[in-house]
Amino acid sequence: MTALVELTGVSKFYGNIKALQDVSLQVHPGEISCVLGDNGAGKSTLIKIIAGLHQHDAGTFAVEGEERRLASPREALDLGIATVYQDLAVVPLMPVWRNFFLGSEPTRGTGPFKRLDVDTMRRTTRSEMLRMGIDLRDVDQPIGTLSGGERQCVAIARAVHFGAKVLVLDEPTAALGVKQSGVVLKYVAAARDAGLGVVLITHNPHHAHLVGDRFVLLKRGTMAGSHTKDEISLDELTRQMAGGSELEQLSHELERAPAPDLSRDGGSRG
Amino acid sequence: MTATAKAPAEPADERLLHTSLLRRLMGRPELGAVVGAVAVFVFFSFAADSFLQVSSLSTVLYAASTIGIMAVPVALLMIGGEFDLSTGVMVTSSALVSSMFSYQMTANVWVGVGVSLLVTLAIGFFNGFMLVRTKLPSFIITLGTFLMLTGLNLGFTKLISGGVGTKTIGDMEGFDSARAVFASRFVVGDADVRVTVLWWLGLVALATWILLRTRAGNWIFASGGGANAARAVGVPVDRTKIGLYMGVAFAAWVAGQHLLFEYDSVQSGEGVGNEFLYIIAAVIGGCLMTGGYGSAIGSAVGALIFGMTSKGIVYAQWDPDWFKFFLGAMLLLATLLNAWVRKRAEATK
Repeated sequence: MTALVELTGVSKFYGNIKALQDVSLQVHPGEISCVLGDNGAGKSTLIKIIAGLHQHDAGTFAVEGEERRLASPREALDLGIATVYQDLAVVPLMPVWRNFFLGSEPTRGTGPFKRLDVDTMRRTTRSEMLRMGIDLRDVDQPIGTLSGGERQCVAIARAVHFGAKVLVLDEPTAALGVKQSGVVLKYVAAARDAGLGVVLITHNPHHAHLVGDRFVLLKRGTMAGSHTKDEISLDELTRQMAGGSELEQLSHELERAPAPDLSRDGGSRG
Repeated sequence: MTATAKAPAEPADERLLHTSLLRRLMGRPELGAVVGAVAVFVFFSFAADSFLQVSSLSTVLYAASTIGIMAVPVALLMIGGEFDLSTGVMVTSSALVSSMFSYQMTANVWVGVGVSLLVTLAIGFFNGFMLVRTKLPSFIITLGTFLMLTGLNLGFTKLISGGVGTKTIGDMEGFDSARAVFASRFVVGDADVRVTVLWWLGLVALATWILLRTRAGNWIFASGGGANAARAVGVPVDRTKIGLYMGVAFAAWVAGQHLLFEYDSVQSGEGVGNEFLYIIAAVIGGCLMTGGYGSAIGSAVGALIFGMTSKGIVYAQWDPDWFKFFLGAMLLLATLLNAWVRKRAEATK
């Protein structure tokens, strides 16, 4: 079976800076591929290449077996690759229904009377959100008034509705609380069950291990590891993610540090 | 509203309290401006005895329309997240081009009017193109255009006409028909209505249609409210912005032709400072300075406030020097009111 998206030995340079070097990643339908890494590890660069915002400088990038070099986000969308960004997934001041169809608005009529099919847009938004389990109070409310998790879900529902084959999610749970994160992960799993290939970018190994099928670890622009779910346990993933030996060193340092005397501090205030 | 009527399967959500008409009005960007317009109207009704006469009101309407024609596309541009400081002199440029081209090159003013449309649209395109190419703030780009146009207006006029004004084209072929289109007047009941009012209302209707009911409108809101998010879902943000600048240019052409055909010659130094009046009308009308929010109807109400204030002061027989002070105070008040209303409206949702 050919992968939906396959990156082989992909590199990206910004001037003399190696942002990404020799990274490989496979995305299969009905699977979630997680990309893990600390800040500055190259996660953003990787998704920008997949999303068509940047072009890779070396290696190959194949979509459904065919080698591609995406010139724009529009081109990626046309190939069925939809990207949901952490902070810029939606336009906050616009109503939910306008956001849902942004960039792919259905119209009716011809010539100068070609107009937005507002009825369909509102109805579809409501039903698609219901299908994902979100009962919107009012599709007219500005999307900025929804919670962070709900906004992510609107963006995911939008991608699924427009027939995305590959869903790229940039830190969908980064700014969310525990419960909200759970809600978003549920939709990620729902998208997977619908047969989409998902790329989940995260720095939370717990979230990744809950839903992921494959894990790619990035570290300072290079690939530090690539595993399938049955090869790696959560503890091992967390350890590698946190930098393995670095974490051990940190724990030693913390152990040696003298414990602050909290009782006196608390007593004087109480 | 039609959506809920056509979809009976969609029951009213029990979490929503009954939305009163007032609540729904509060959510409109125009509300602050409408409240302000009513206040100004009531104020001058008492302060100036002749303010309520039909002839006064048609004068007010005319003053509002000359600003309003430009305030509409300027509002759209602001919703799209950009400014244009070159609008005031662009109107003059447009009038100068049609006047001088007609006088020098042809016998028919319509040729000049056509050439002027092309030239003005090209200026708009230049503004938009420079913006998306250089990614400099629109404030800088259009400030540059403003200064360049101011210089070109004076320089070319002196070079070609030998003075600061153009030669009269009143005796040329097509002048009367062009004047009928851009600067005529007609009588409705007792009222003397200027054709610019029709242009104004037509542009407001067109802009409202585009904003609320077309894909382009959705893109305008998105370009101003979150350009990166819009780009990520495939909205052609750059093309939208260039289009907005060309829309401004089109309105500048209409206003410029009115300026020309209202008389039969143009003074090349005119128009400086008017760009702020257009922006003020748009802001009073509820456009957010940061983009992504506003309405064309609001800009019309803003222009109406401008018309009522500028003429009301005259009818109240005050020194017109006070006008600028009132305009400034009005701008501050309207912006504060808008901010307050928006906060309330968002809180009720």
